[in-house]
Amino acid sequence: MNDVVSVALFTIGMASVATLVMLPAGIAMAWVLARHSFPGRVVLETLVSLPLVLPPVATGLILIAIVGRRGPVGALLEWVGIEVMFTRLGVVLAMSVMGLPLLVRAARAGFEQVDQRQEQIAATLGARPVHVFFTVSLPLARRGVIAGALLGFSRALGEFGATIMVAGALPSTRTIAVAIYTYTETGQQQAAAGMLAVAAAIACASLVLSNRLGASQTC
Amino acid sequence: MLTSFTFDFCLGEGEFVLEIHEEIEARVVAVFGVSGAGKTSVLESLAGLRTPRRGRIRIGGRTLFDTDADVDLPPYARRVGYVPQDLALFPHLNVRRNILYGAGAKPVFALTQVLRLLELDGLLERQVSRLSGGERQRVALARALMASPSVLLLDEPLAALDTGLRARILPYLKRIRDELTIPMVYVSHAKEEVRAVADWVLVLDRGRVVRSAAEV
Repeated sequence: MNDVVSVALFTIGMASVATLVMLPAGIAMAWVLARHSFPGRVVLETLVSLPLVLPPVATGLILIAIVGRRGPVGALLEWVGIEVMFTRLGVVLAMSVMGLPLLVRAARAGFEQVDQRQEQIAATLGARPVHVFFTVSLPLARRGVIAGALLGFSRALGEFGATIMVAGALPSTRTIAVAIYTYTETGQQQAAAGMLAVAAAIACASLVLSNRLGASQTC
Repeated sequence: MLTSFTFDFCLGEGEFVLEIHEEIEARVVAVFGVSGAGKTSVLESLAGLRTPRRGRIRIGGRTLFDTDADVDLPPYARRVGYVPQDLALFPHLNVRRNILYGAGAKPVFALTQVLRLLELDGLLERQVSRLSGGERQRVALARALMASPSVLLLDEPLAALDTGLRARILPYLKRIRDELTIPMVYVSHAKEEVRAVADWVLVLDRGRVVRSAAEV
């Protein structure tokens, strides 16, 4: 039982950190995609959505190629003393990448619903673009952003394929999904069932919240 | 006090082209014409929300746009108090925060002065969704005034109001004109409004000025 609770708490903690990590990047991408037309927009849209359609283990493989010791980013990080593979950082990275597309989609819908007239009028009142973004665009798109953050969090909670590729199934990196797999593999059906119940309860709660926010998008 | 307005620009191409070449000395310039004449396009060009192909826009000695001098001030630097026809109040802010949105640290007009002028004292904590049409109009005017504009741009400010409300809002516009002495560009398609507020009228028809005169 203690193991179930500690793995659940660890997973919630990692998913929360991953959500905080993906929020700035996700909001920025969502706003850019909702408001701007530029060369390479299709490429950005495709890259952001890729983890939704790729097998998660394939996404994990791509991450290994990038942040693994021989990868361009991984080598650089190792040089400054940061290890990603088989660490908690790896867990956060895998969760962030897998949750990001859901955040971007919902937040983008939120920004698209904001009346651009209000942003324009804010500018005529002397507000610079960054001020307009934080005082008008983001507050008016908040329901989409929050719904997206909850969806991303839910996705991060249940992440398995990319996580096990990047962070493995070590006791220090074991998430709920990885624990269910290892418990099942080692014949600990009761522990697996307990973990499943915890995972289902958390996921249901965040999905209900996300759907409720999504259903009332208007301000 | 009269203000000099230089509207000398071309906007758009293809089906609709707006072309104005006017130098005016006035307190309130009315831009008058039927729907589709280009009235709102004039205001949006002055506010920096639309970019003319070429030309100059100067108000009160300030150059807002000049293709020859490579000047195109962004909307936030133009110091125009734009009140669009749809008002575009911020729905997530209450009346106080709407009014103070562009106020800055030292607004030209004191909040109490603007609230008294537009009779908004009792509404400050109310959400904008709970305002009547006339109240919304006055909040939009107050918001524009508190941004310390060098010119007020009003797009059909009475068009969405019923006859009774129009009669009640019109005196507020006159008070702004007379007490705050702020120059205005006033778009309307109603002659009686133009007569009541403006001292110069530009009549637009399909993007061209067909009359420019002090006789309103």
